[in-house]
Amino acid sequence: MDPAAALADLIEISSQVDAAVVLDPEGSVLASTVEDAARSERLGRAGSALLAAGDESAATGDRTLTQLEVALREGSVFVVREEGRTIVATTSPEPTSGLVFYDLKTSLHALAQGAEEAPAKPKRRTKKADAGA
Amino acid sequence: MRRLLALLVLVGGPILYLSRRREERRERAHLYFDDGSMVTLERGAPEAERLLALGRDAL
Repeated sequence: MDPAAALADLIEISSQVDAAVVLDPEGSVLASTVEDAARSERLGRAGSALLAAGDESAATGDRTLTQLEVALREGSVFVVREEGRTIVATTSPEPTSGLVFYDLKTSLHALAQGAEEAPAKPKRRTKKADAGA
Repeated sequence: MRRLLALLVLVGGPILYLSRRREERRERAHLYFDDGSMVTLERGAPEAERLLALGRDAL
């Protein structure tokens, strides 16, 4: 599944997620539910910065940070990273955190599966190519 | 009318103030780790403030 399709599924499944972006290992936006490109970039940058701040936190110590939630009066921000990809999502205030994390992880798993399956697919040979060979 | 306004301010003001304080206290960051553990950083803690500020940027 490609990142845009995974996010489309996420928005359809999760009524709590307002906006979400998928980031590659370098922090670039791969897909977004936000039409405004500047807002997508800002959400992506904030997600990367949140992970970096969490990594640097004394509370993290030797452990590896895998996901985080920042709960604010205005809403919550969720960040989940797995196998290099990161998903950042915003919700309205007081969401059901467990469900949001579950939905975000499901999206990342769908993306990972899609990435594994894509190179394994054999290229379809056309009759023209066969005739030429 | 004046009395009514004064009553509204006297009763509504503290309620509004307390509810805002309660909401502010609910602001926090939860960090989850690969070993299954979790840490909560409450508003007021120096490390939490940075995460809360970044969270506000995202929203």
